[in-house]
Amino acid sequence: MAEPLLEVKNVETYYGLIAGIRGVSLEIQGGSIVTILGANGAGKTTVLKTICGAMAPEKGSVRFAGIDITGSDPDRVSRLGIAHVPEGREVFPFLSTEENLKMGAFTRKSSMFKSDLEEIFEYFPLLKDHRKLAAGFLSGGQQQMLAIGRALMLRPKLMLLDEPSLGLSPKLVRATAEIIESINQDQGVTILLVEQNAQMALEIAHFGYILENGRVVMEDSTSRLSKAADVQEFYLGKKASSVRGKRRWKQRKTWR
Amino acid sequence: METFFQLLISGIAQGCVYGLVAIGFVLIYKATEMVNFAQGDIMMLGAFFTITLINYLNWNYFLAIIVAILAMAVVGLVLERVLLRRMIGESPFAILMVTIGLGFVLRSVVGMIWGHNPRSIVTPYTDQSLQFGAVVFPVADVVVVAATVVLCGLTFLFFRYTRFGVAMQAASQNQLAAYYVGIPVKRVVAASWALAAALAAIAGVLLLPLKSAYPEVGLVLGIKAFAAAIVGGFGSLPGAMIGGLVIGLVEIFTKYGIDGRVGFSVSDTSVYVLLLVMLIVRPSGIFASMQRKKV
Repeated sequence: MAEPLLEVKNVETYYGLIAGIRGVSLEIQGGSIVTILGANGAGKTTVLKTICGAMAPEKGSVRFAGIDITGSDPDRVSRLGIAHVPEGREVFPFLSTEENLKMGAFTRKSSMFKSDLEEIFEYFPLLKDHRKLAAGFLSGGQQQMLAIGRALMLRPKLMLLDEPSLGLSPKLVRATAEIIESINQDQGVTILLVEQNAQMALEIAHFGYILENGRVVMEDSTSRLSKAADVQEFYLGKKASSVRGKRRWKQRKTWR
Repeated sequence: METFFQLLISGIAQGCVYGLVAIGFVLIYKATEMVNFAQGDIMMLGAFFTITLINYLNWNYFLAIIVAILAMAVVGLVLERVLLRRMIGESPFAILMVTIGLGFVLRSVVGMIWGHNPRSIVTPYTDQSLQFGAVVFPVADVVVVAATVVLCGLTFLFFRYTRFGVAMQAASQNQLAAYYVGIPVKRVVAASWALAAALAAIAGVLLLPLKSAYPEVGLVLGIKAFAAAIVGGFGSLPGAMIGGLVIGLVEIFTKYGIDGRVGFSVSDTSVYVLLLVMLIVRPSGIFASMQRKKV
């Protein structure tokens, strides 16, 4: 196998004394969509924050395209081509939609800005209608589109998406999934997708990691993951029926 | 009537100086959520730089003010780099104490070097005045107002149209997101300090022909400028300027209208009375533009 685009090795990140993640390793091949699944507090967001440099790990290393980026500042990491779409959108509320997108291209030369902007508006026609409107006035779904668009303006090699479906209607979740797929296919952007909506994530991703209590407990291709009994029961909500015809609450996960 | 116009222009001139210092408060607050209580003292230091260059080294007036402003921008950068950057993540109260302490240090250092006597400079326009009918304006006042208008215009253009200006806005609105899109937030913060210090230095230069400078001048003026920033709505740049004008006008009109009649000084207190009334009636200030981020 070729050298992975992103290689996270044995990373441990702490919030003060509390471990957010305890020894996580990931390998992401260029051109793929990889997902990290896990419950609340499993450490998914912490993994992303460690990769993009918002948090510095205590141990372990992060390598991107052969460069060691462990603990470097987020602005340097994004210069290297990692765009982060944070959880909860995080647009610049008092800047217009267009200025928000412009800020996404901050690290690049501005000559390409116009054509890039048109490209983004093709993906998200709604943003074009509101290009002069302050981003704080956009709806939740539009802000999510804006956050993804802003990340695209960086022309990233790798895009980190943190719960893009959070708080969106089922229809918009569908739309978001399609956009993520087309970003991956048309633009060749590698994607690391963190999701609680396991169904959506397993559908579009090629490879998946399952995170629990700050550790990777399972890793496999998504086709196999979605067939695994534990994943079906605990992440996709399909009921396992037992001989007694009742659900056995004491049943334990295989990895415990 | 002539008196009214004369008071009006000198109130506006004084208010412009408050406003420029207040803009410095707001710039630093928006970039870092710190309140820099040494802002007035930075202004005072800028004034003393100018005095040194003109009175002791006999520099040309315009050259001297440009060098003094640039020097103060560097001072702002250095202060941020060696002092305030270390305080990131500390409690706001600790940061407050640092800036108050910085003010004390600046006042004593200036006092040790230059002494505590009030000093002033002779500018090309000292003691000149313009006459419109019966109304006589000191040119110094007019220069202050004109310079402030130009500066506000430049500041507006910078924040509205330049890439770095918009990036500074972005960083103040959402620091984490600014980091994520690759804006060098540390450099933005440093630039805010440099800009705030440069504006304070300009305020100091403009103040010199109006009032003489002494080491404590920044303390009183800084607190009034802080009041101006609050009256204007802390966090709003135009608000800071308007607040400065309001404070300047209130001060000068109470000084003329009331002080003489009651036989003691009401004007110094009037500013703080206004501040208290403002905090009770409209605590978010005239320009309550900083709505909490919903969603």
